[in-house]
Amino acid sequence: MLRYVLKRVVIALLTVFVLATVTFFLSKLLPGDPFMNEKIPVSVQEKQRAYYGLDKPVIQQYFIYMGNLLRGDLGTSIKFVGRSVRDIIGEFFPVSAKLGLIALSFAEIIGLLFGILCAQYRNRWPDYVLMVFAILGIALPSMVVGPLIRYLFGVQLRWLPVGGWGKTWQQAIMPAFVLGLGTIAGNTRSMRACMLAVITQDYVKTARAKGMSPVRVVLKHELKNSLVPMLANLGPMIAGVLMGSFVVEQIFVIPGLGKHFVNAVSTLDYPLIMGLTIFYGAFLVVMNLLVDILYGWVDPRIRVK
Amino acid sequence: METSSHLLEVNDLAVSFFTYAGEVQAVRGISWYLNKNETIALVGESGCGKSVTIQTVMGLLQSPGRVTGGSVRFEERDMLGLSAKELRQLQGNRMTMIFQDPLSYLNPTMRVGEQIAESYRLHHKVSRSEAEARVLDMMHLISFPEPERNMYAYPHQLSGGMRQRIMVAMALICNPQVLFADEPTTALDVTIQAQIIELMNSLKEKLNTAIVLITHDLGVVANMAQRIYVMYAGKIVERGSAKDIFYRPKHPYTWGLLASVPRLDADQSRDFRYIPGTPPDLLNPPKGCPFAARCRYACRACVSSIPEEMAFDSEDHRASCWLYHPGAEALLAAAERERGMQR
Repeated sequence: MLRYVLKRVVIALLTVFVLATVTFFLSKLLPGDPFMNEKIPVSVQEKQRAYYGLDKPVIQQYFIYMGNLLRGDLGTSIKFVGRSVRDIIGEFFPVSAKLGLIALSFAEIIGLLFGILCAQYRNRWPDYVLMVFAILGIALPSMVVGPLIRYLFGVQLRWLPVGGWGKTWQQAIMPAFVLGLGTIAGNTRSMRACMLAVITQDYVKTARAKGMSPVRVVLKHELKNSLVPMLANLGPMIAGVLMGSFVVEQIFVIPGLGKHFVNAVSTLDYPLIMGLTIFYGAFLVVMNLLVDILYGWVDPRIRVK
Repeated sequence: METSSHLLEVNDLAVSFFTYAGEVQAVRGISWYLNKNETIALVGESGCGKSVTIQTVMGLLQSPGRVTGGSVRFEERDMLGLSAKELRQLQGNRMTMIFQDPLSYLNPTMRVGEQIAESYRLHHKVSRSEAEARVLDMMHLISFPEPERNMYAYPHQLSGGMRQRIMVAMALICNPQVLFADEPTTALDVTIQAQIIELMNSLKEKLNTAIVLITHDLGVVANMAQRIYVMYAGKIVERGSAKDIFYRPKHPYTWGLLASVPRLDADQSRDFRYIPGTPPDLLNPPKGCPFAARCRYACRACVSSIPEEMAFDSEDHRASCWLYHPGAEALLAAAERERGMQR
């Protein structure tokens, strides 16, 4: 087991290294640089470039950056003058992560529940209703759902605050719902499929032959076995939701990490692009590793000896 | 008839599956009974309705299957009229079942000891540790190797024979009145088959459990069953004591089944015997004897109408075949001559 984990950690580090390298050169391929500005004299621009080391050959910049990265230094942002990248992530990630955790936990629970209901009532009306919901949930983007429910519950009914963050817990309800909607829908669909595969298994017949009530059969025999394939996309799902969403955070005025993913690229803030990408990548890799370990715990057949 | 003395009695049971293609008449009016401490066998090839029969008796028949006629009485209770809750109190407790392939019929993510204990705890109000002690007793009873360690194993860590022992322990832990064994040895290799048969026979003595064996393997039947029902296309074509069926078989289908048992002393150069053709389509069951299309002794009567059941040497040995009609004497004589020559 330890060998397995060690091997996976080495692969994970390698993955992050490749990710950092590719992102570095891709960001340098973008036309222009952060200091190109007609209003600023060229001599000043040159000085600014030299300050950030952007006047050196790209390959040399790369080695400097990787050297710093090895020491854990993600560099300083160009647009947020004087702030380190680590500082920026430290300030905005907790907000996104908190919202993401709320969204994810209720999306997982509701998604699994809907999936179970669909499978148990397959091809009857509860299944059809929930499947329509799931298809809508996947098909409707948050930029449509977000403003709609914000208008309905925030402006018209005035049940919930229209936006903001950190004052009341009600502020989290709508953004968490919009953020989790796709996850609920996706989970409903895959849980339905996973459970349908389990329902026809022979050991379910054994459980029924023991005189178990249908509800107990679901909880004790079908649920755990259906969760095994569900785990596969849990890692990317956690990483994706926790990293924040540009759209949702913009709509509900939430100071999360989402907007930086977009703004860093459009302002060519190289250190921030790199820092965010590596952070996301490392987070994803770690989540996948945790899920793989979880796999063995849920299904003894794939436990590594 | 002395109906009241039977532990389990099935009368004129009919079961159909209502599919998009139409009504599949899987079981078409069969009657059989089981006495206390007795082992009987339902014998026939795949699709003859034997598994559907015991699923129905145990109350495990699932949609689109439906009972279309007849009755099932167990200990004087009408099984088909019980509520789901009443049924569940019998299932796994008074009547239990073991299946063909122990690997697929065991939950892969649950320790085997827990799976055995589950049967017991569902029907007895006991604590976890009491149930565990009971599981250990049971595993000792079936002489399971290293029960203290193996009760914590997962099914994939055990051998096929050990898994089937787990199934047996699971089925017998509540001391059931009836054990249904649906092809219990088919998925096992021959030496393990013998062990499982021996185990079931010895446990039957110890626990006074009656067994309904379902199989197409007459070798297994010979070692276990006192009485045999031969099923074909949803009907019982012949029934009788094991001796009757093995030494004085009457129905041509039974002849075919017996002839297709591989024999060690047979001429090696000769091919395996088999019954040519396939069973009839139960969406549109034939009007006459269902076996007529595959029977080499069939006459016009066989195709047009179903033969009555006839008693032979004893009241319990019965078969449904036109060969024994007074008008078919010549045909019967020819058939017996041919069979005599074969042996």
